[in-house]
Amino acid sequence: MNATVPHAPQTLSRLQIEADQRRRARMLETQRQSKLARELVTPEGAVIHLKLSTAAERAGAFLIDVAIQWAIVIATSIGLSYAMRAMGSGSANVAFAVWLVFFFFVRNFYYIFFELGPKSATPGKRALGIRVAARNGGRLTANSVLARNFIREIEVGLPFQFLMMGGTGVSGWIALLGLVWSGIFLFFPVFNKDKMRVGDLIAGTWVIHSPKTKLMGDISSSAASQALPGRFAFTPEQADAYGIHELHVLEDVLRNSTEEVKSQVALRIRTKIGWQPQPGETDIAFLEAYYASLRRRLEQRMLLGDRKADKYDTR
Amino acid sequence: MSDLLKSYRFREERESDWRKLDLILTRAENNGVKALSDEDMMALPRLYRQAVSSLSVARSISLDQNVVAYLESLCTRAYFFVYGTRASIGERIMDFLRRDWPACVSAAIGPTLLATLFLFGGGALAFFLCMQDMDWFWTFHGNSFWEGRNPDATVDYLRSTIYHDPTTTGDGQLSSFASFLFNNNAQIALFAFALGFAFGIPTAWLLIYNGVHLGSMYAVFWSKGLGYEFTGWLMIHGTTELFAIILAGAAGFVIGGAVAFPGRMTRLASARHAGQKAATIAMGCVIMLIVAAILEGFGRQMINSDVIRYAIAIGMMFLWLAYFYLPRRDEAKP
Repeated sequence: MNATVPHAPQTLSRLQIEADQRRRARMLETQRQSKLARELVTPEGAVIHLKLSTAAERAGAFLIDVAIQWAIVIATSIGLSYAMRAMGSGSANVAFAVWLVFFFFVRNFYYIFFELGPKSATPGKRALGIRVAARNGGRLTANSVLARNFIREIEVGLPFQFLMMGGTGVSGWIALLGLVWSGIFLFFPVFNKDKMRVGDLIAGTWVIHSPKTKLMGDISSSAASQALPGRFAFTPEQADAYGIHELHVLEDVLRNSTEEVKSQVALRIRTKIGWQPQPGETDIAFLEAYYASLRRRLEQRMLLGDRKADKYDTR
Repeated sequence: MSDLLKSYRFREERESDWRKLDLILTRAENNGVKALSDEDMMALPRLYRQAVSSLSVARSISLDQNVVAYLESLCTRAYFFVYGTRASIGERIMDFLRRDWPACVSAAIGPTLLATLFLFGGGALAFFLCMQDMDWFWTFHGNSFWEGRNPDATVDYLRSTIYHDPTTTGDGQLSSFASFLFNNNAQIALFAFALGFAFGIPTAWLLIYNGVHLGSMYAVFWSKGLGYEFTGWLMIHGTTELFAIILAGAAGFVIGGAVAFPGRMTRLASARHAGQKAATIAMGCVIMLIVAAILEGFGRQMINSDVIRYAIAIGMMFLWLAYFYLPRRDEAKP
């Protein structure tokens, strides 16, 4: 606070160590996240950040889709068997023929049908908020969608066939070798940095996150409209107590946390900045007002090219 | 008003446009491009450009995470819509039939000849081996009898499998048989395509394997003096079906070749380039196999005249060849 008072060297170094540790942890986290981040430069020259879907999400979406496919096939079988009973035994063959062709198309064209649609995603992918996109940022062509889905035959079909082959002795060993060989295709997405299936590689596609974020109200505006003018007048020192990282944490707390957490956070901030609660002051009102003045201060500094990363960042 | 943040005023001025863009995109994603009015289509490019520039500005002046995240997702959705394809499924199918499919097939003549060589090479090998010594038949087929169509069968029995008495077979049986064959063959064709990724080796094996089955069967009928009749029985749908299997193999070789020998491109770019063409060919194979199954299930079982069978076989062959390889007007419009 006061430049004339010398800091004790011990406390300074302890503070420094803590700051470094926190920053290091944050940096590792962002590094981990940025492994899946890709940049797309639009023809307008703007950069859009894309996030690749993880192998686990892909597997989850696939399982949902398989469940839906089975539900479709089973429902049709039941429907056909009722129709057959109504029409007599002679229609059994026709029903079987219809079912076989239908089965083939559900098996192979379910994915193609949905990925050619306006959302470029199967119901399973939509449920997990992911979609297919061309790797070069261009159009997702019908050829790409066909290619990536026909390849599924060796990624899923082949290991399954070897698994069913089973057997004992020599044929068992052949089945095992085949299973290992075809397993390479199945687990391909885990081993490359873009999380591509073999089908994605052949088709020139990848699968990205496409979350639909909702635009929520601005916290600073609600603080400005509710608070009486001059009620929360923070000094520049108080507004400088935290950095951008803490601001973002505070935003998350205000948007998503319970009352209990909010009052705890309010208590800690009051202690840190030495704020005396005024009569009739609620925790929410205090937090929103402090959020607004902290953001104002940090945004002002940012405009001048001075990003205060966190509370340890004192310059 | 001075109490409001700069970044909030920035947001306040543009928010209604963002929401308008959001609404248009949601409507387009749920109901397709047709759900958009003319005004929406006119407004879209302006709203998109504004959202993109808002994103750039927001990143540098706003510390509101929610606004930046919202704009990020809005711009991504808008980008994929504005620069994505708008062709309807019907237009895509017409494009495929009129241009893409024949173009891809005629561009892959080399792999097609290679696949032909493997299929008929395997067939010829099995045929001549079986003609010399019928024991080879059992080696190839094991104990799986094709409804008794094996060397021990009598000439009369074999003849009866080629021709059908129209009064005894019901329609139902024919259609289920046809769809079973279609299902089987189409799955094999897609398999041959997909296996191309492993440098085309499994595809070659699959083609030879099918050729051997064909050739050994041919030898059985040939040795009993039924070669001419068997050819008619086989080829009425065979010209279409075998052509489809050859093309599926060719699609596999296109990918295998691109992965093994990428040339000047990177292996990834080469695979992508070839994969899209090969997938088009494979999709075409499924269509050809539907035609083949109809010919096989209905045509073959109902038509018992050799001459008509041959005529259909040769006619279909010419039809496919003309469709794929006849040079056509360049439809690339400016």
